[in-house]
Amino acid sequence: MPSVLGLFQSADTAAAAADRLQASGFGPTDYEVLTGAPYPEGAFGEDSGDHRLFIFPLGGAMIGFAVGLMVTAGTQLSYPLVTAGKPILGIPPMFIIMYEGTMLGALIFTIMGVIFESRLPNLTNDLYDSRITEGYVGLVVRCEDDAQADTAQTTLTEAGAEEVKQQGRS
Amino acid sequence: MHERPRLTPIQINRDLLRSVLETPLVFYVLLLLLMGLVGLGVIAATLMVSYGLGVTGLNHPVFWGFFIINFVFWVGISHAGTMISAILRLSAAEWRRPVVRAAEVMTVFSLLTAALFVVLHTGRPWRTLYWAFPYDFVRGIWPDVRSPLVWDPSAIFTYLTGSILFVYAALIPDLALARDQTTGWRRAVYGVLCLGWRGNARQWKLLNATGLLLSALILPVFVSVHSIVSWDFGMSLVPGWHVHIFAPYFVVGAVLSGVAAVIALMAVMRSLFRLHDYIRPEHFDMIGRLLIVVALAWAYFYFIDVIFALLSNEEAEYQVMKLRLSPPYLYLFLLMITCNVFLPVPIWMFRKFRRNIGIMVWTAIVVNIGMWLERFLIIIPTLQRRHPDAFAWGDYSASLVEITLVIFSFANVALLLLLFSKIFPVIPIWEEKEGHIWKREFRIGKLRLPAIVRE
Repeated sequence: MPSVLGLFQSADTAAAAADRLQASGFGPTDYEVLTGAPYPEGAFGEDSGDHRLFIFPLGGAMIGFAVGLMVTAGTQLSYPLVTAGKPILGIPPMFIIMYEGTMLGALIFTIMGVIFESRLPNLTNDLYDSRITEGYVGLVVRCEDDAQADTAQTTLTEAGAEEVKQQGRS
Repeated sequence: MHERPRLTPIQINRDLLRSVLETPLVFYVLLLLLMGLVGLGVIAATLMVSYGLGVTGLNHPVFWGFFIINFVFWVGISHAGTMISAILRLSAAEWRRPVVRAAEVMTVFSLLTAALFVVLHTGRPWRTLYWAFPYDFVRGIWPDVRSPLVWDPSAIFTYLTGSILFVYAALIPDLALARDQTTGWRRAVYGVLCLGWRGNARQWKLLNATGLLLSALILPVFVSVHSIVSWDFGMSLVPGWHVHIFAPYFVVGAVLSGVAAVIALMAVMRSLFRLHDYIRPEHFDMIGRLLIVVALAWAYFYFIDVIFALLSNEEAEYQVMKLRLSPPYLYLFLLMITCNVFLPVPIWMFRKFRRNIGIMVWTAIVVNIGMWLERFLIIIPTLQRRHPDAFAWGDYSASLVEITLVIFSFANVALLLLLFSKIFPVIPIWEEKEGHIWKREFRIGKLRLPAIVRE
């Protein structure tokens, strides 16, 4: 499928271009806004979609807790050596290891979550320009066919794009 | 921040990638110096492993010396990253931007150094794994998880892993920037490390959410780590250590030394990489205000510890505290309390001094001397009189090997930070740009006032 990238020097011009794209029949999910720094959500009228990031730490915490419980209770029960008259399964010392396991699981799964939900690692050769990290705003429009790509190119050029690139034409 | 000059993204890229793309002569000088000191430490450690712990000053009953003092000290320093980064991120404090990464990275390197000292302390480093991990699968004997010495590795491992992930998550957009601004093999390496980051709205949204999530998750770990380190002492029945207040007292002390260390690090970064537009006097001003509260909180806990020991009618506790407050330890005690409270706090009270970077660096160094002494005073005098009725009292004086390894620890952290700054941007570039996006100016009468716009 063809895609078109328009590069804009300012966020205002890029936002106006996004409006023009929508007026030309493109939906908020048909284009992607690339920036070198985070802008407030919805600044360009784009739809970044929902995510389930908050589920990941919860799942990680449960797994970490289970591993912590296994390590503490399992090791002590497998060789039940009474030390200083203390119980084999003492809750306070076990709790510490289980707590650390819970937090470790939550931390690791949070990172896994952000990587998964951000669709990383991104191995595709999508349209991109290194000037985006120099302050330019990129609008990438995903089109159904070449005719739609031509419409997107015209819209972005008329909206003041400094440069427009295309990729994937048939 | 209000004093932030208006800079273009290209200027920000150029300034903040300078440490990565350019290598000044002073970098090589520092590198050689630090590598020399680290090399000396390696020689000292090799000597110790070859000849045994006899080359140290450790002897009955003082079996915890400079190594454990250093361990506690560096775990304390590691608390700077979370304090600065997580708390300020959660509270959306705008002044955090230039300092968070350096603080987070210092957390990682100081934790690694702290862990190294536990390994060195065992005298037979390869055996350390036996105590921390399950061993001897044939007989089914496992480490005793009821021991605080097993809690420690689990807490430090969690904190270290969390801190590394914290650093990496915030580094991804800057790795993409480095990919875009470099060529050749460096471009390829940064390309792999940034995982193909593009900077679309979804990725930014998730990154911001991750920053908040990780901050919220790592804060309880941050509190637990130094609490557990304090329980290495508190769970024992040793007079002077079996104190209920140790956990919060250790955490506050860690924050004090860690945040003070961040001041020194910020000043070095500002000078070495010419970051005057990014690390400004207002940042030192803000950290100075924070330190006043932390130093006074530390003084409060220390006061409680002393008072409880002296007035609780526990003879052994009383005698240990009396020893700490008698010569020669009295002189160290006075020096410590002066370094931690009496000297720096009055200085930090004045805005003029808080904005003077030289003065702030000196107070930061003084605080860290004080905090190192604090750990010395907790460990050494207590162990010298560990058994009140056993007639096994002794003295401790550190050997050259131990002193060399203490110097090594400082050089090691500095060397790792220097190498990090050569590979990765030391200030989060995307966060700095985000600050510029949010910054606006408005007029009131004849004044043009800067403001940060927030959702």
